[in-house]
Amino acid sequence: MNTTTRELPITLEPRANYLNAGHSIWSWLMTTDHKRIGLLYMVSITLFFFVGGLAAALMRLELLRPQGGLVTSALYNKLFTMHGVIMVWFFLIPSIPTVLGNFLVPLMIGARDVAFPRLNLASWYLFMAGGLCVLWAIIAGGVDTGWTFYTPYSSTYANGHVLAMAAGIFIAGFGSIATGLNFIVTIHKMRAPGLTWFRLPLFIWTIYTTSLILVLATPVLAITLTLMALERLFGVGIFNPAMGGDPLLFQHLFWFYSHPAVYIMILPSMGVISELIPCFARKSLFGYKFVAYATISIGVLGFLVWGHHMFVSSQSIYAGMVFSILSFMVAIPSAIKVFNWTATLYKGSITFHTPMLYAFGFIGLFTIGGLTGLFLAALAVDVHLHDTYFVIAHFHYIMVGGAVMGYLGGLHFWWPKITGRLYCEWLAKLAAVTIFAGFNLTFFPQFILGFLGMPRRYPVYAPEFQVLNVLSTAGASILAIGYLLPLAYLLWSLRHGKPAGANPWQATGLEWKTASPPPRDNFTNAPVVTEEPYQYDAEAAELALEETSHV
Amino acid sequence: MSDPAIAHAAQFDDATQQREAATFGMWVFLATEILFFGGMFLGYAAYRRAYPAAFAAASRHTLLAFGATNTAVLLISSAMMAFAVRAAREKRRAALAWRLFATAALGLLFLGIKGFEYAREFSEHLLPGASFHFDPPYTNQAEMFFYLYFLMTGVHAIHVTIGVVLIAIFGSRAWHTDAFARNDTAVDLLGLYWHFVDIVWVFLFPLIYLVERHS
Repeated sequence: MNTTTRELPITLEPRANYLNAGHSIWSWLMTTDHKRIGLLYMVSITLFFFVGGLAAALMRLELLRPQGGLVTSALYNKLFTMHGVIMVWFFLIPSIPTVLGNFLVPLMIGARDVAFPRLNLASWYLFMAGGLCVLWAIIAGGVDTGWTFYTPYSSTYANGHVLAMAAGIFIAGFGSIATGLNFIVTIHKMRAPGLTWFRLPLFIWTIYTTSLILVLATPVLAITLTLMALERLFGVGIFNPAMGGDPLLFQHLFWFYSHPAVYIMILPSMGVISELIPCFARKSLFGYKFVAYATISIGVLGFLVWGHHMFVSSQSIYAGMVFSILSFMVAIPSAIKVFNWTATLYKGSITFHTPMLYAFGFIGLFTIGGLTGLFLAALAVDVHLHDTYFVIAHFHYIMVGGAVMGYLGGLHFWWPKITGRLYCEWLAKLAAVTIFAGFNLTFFPQFILGFLGMPRRYPVYAPEFQVLNVLSTAGASILAIGYLLPLAYLLWSLRHGKPAGANPWQATGLEWKTASPPPRDNFTNAPVVTEEPYQYDAEAAELALEETSHV
Repeated sequence: MSDPAIAHAAQFDDATQQREAATFGMWVFLATEILFFGGMFLGYAAYRRAYPAAFAAASRHTLLAFGATNTAVLLISSAMMAFAVRAAREKRRAALAWRLFATAALGLLFLGIKGFEYAREFSEHLLPGASFHFDPPYTNQAEMFFYLYFLMTGVHAIHVTIGVVLIAIFGSRAWHTDAFARNDTAVDLLGLYWHFVDIVWVFLFPLIYLVERHS
């Protein structure tokens, strides 16, 4: 395997690849190349990330002082709604599946493209149309319901542009469905000869499970938002108590989508981590089948726990007990994964390249996020912690500490493959450490704040909470710098980075056996797979790495 | 296995792989459709369980004759679609075209009958909203029933309309070109969609028209 990679010349000769296949704007907007579509998504979600981040920054500034005063209460409501909507639907859910997934799924399974390339492009247009709807709703005056759109805030008592925002999410949702459908069919039908299910990289397993969730849960969100919008438009609807309707039904339907959506965000990150750890520990992943089955079981269990968002919403106590038990059960496959990653590290020859720093960050932060989730899954404890900053801290440890860390780790790992260039390693390490430190300083104090009883979604708070809030805002500033750094050095690397070569990490996997950047059709010779994944050899890799570092 | 004469898109190895992928994709799409309708069926189930007497009373105000006729119309159209799929497989162009046109015509007939039904209900003040009228004691809950009725049959009718348009387009393509003689997968997939639309109605019919009609 190493011999084939060494034959590829590490030069900047203008070789035909997917990036120089066309230079016009049109060649990007009309592309059906999965790799280019991945990049379209990358640019789009990065823009959305900074819009959502801006809202978060304003909220943290408002919370510097107990009495607030920077923004009005009404604007604060709109800020947290905007932050939630944009980060959930226009950054986290699309992040790894549409950027890394689009780029990597066909490469990793040895295919020339996804099964339905035009549908794939249509997904991006749906995503952008939805995103523009949401941006319009924000500019036109915003929405103050929170990202959860609970009725009757969003129906009878709505006073913002709820319809435009819901329409945006509805449209983008169909983009998600199309992406999920595309991946499921691609993974089932287009694997290279010899690439059996248990030879698939775990990234593919997680994208597969995520796609199942996208396809099965997103339609429920679509109908839920439709019902809400009809109620807002015509004043009649199934959540309207005047007609004998129950607002709680909205919460059931909403969380039937939105809890599985948490796994849409975290599972692909787990897939990335499962690629990073074996590569930088130079060891085969411990318990491959367990990790694969754990992925599927998280996906399945994820559909059965939505009720834990409604422990204090007048849901039946017996339903609460069942949902509580099922929520605890999610910890089992999650722990299997964490233990298998750490077991992979045992006696590995570990190197601390940037992607590995993110992997370590992920394991630690995800573990904290997961364990605090158990506090919240406990019926009695949740009564105390519900709707406090404890919840905020918990899900940010999962979504930022987990999902975003995984996304950034994956981005750094596959950046040389995507662009053919290496980024500045020391700056990247600095950014990874900054993000880790800034993240913990931002969100750890929020656990304490929540435990002390500070409720979420208020622009003012009791004076005794100020110290912890100031710490949190200071952390957010560090985090902001951490997120701006990669933007700078990754863009810089596009022009000035050293050529990467086909396989700079000496990693296994089909995507590393083709050139960087890959040619339009991915592989010059159709690959045939004859071995299990993660066949790492510590000594051979060390020799090869030494050799490439002298080039 | 694969027929080299049948063209396939560049990302596929051969026509067999393309056919399998397309068929599988359609099934996945139908799964999303089931979940989409599922939200409304859940709403129906929750409120029918909460207000059984009101739902029974409201259901008696629906027009059973129209609903029953429409059920027959849609089932026959589905059979016609199945014959069309067979004609495509046997590469009988003329038969395929007229069978598709017959399917579309029956779909149109369904929509027409549904339209008359909606008009009758509108004139009887059964459309939820300001002008809704239903004798006490079940006024509010009957409004919920009719909201669900208009919602579910309305979303279903949108699906029927999309189906009719697609079937008509396919019919005219079959008439004018030999596209489906070379590759009949698309007709197959359209058939799957049409049967799905039919099956949804098979569930809607008893839930709406037959709530305790026996008494």
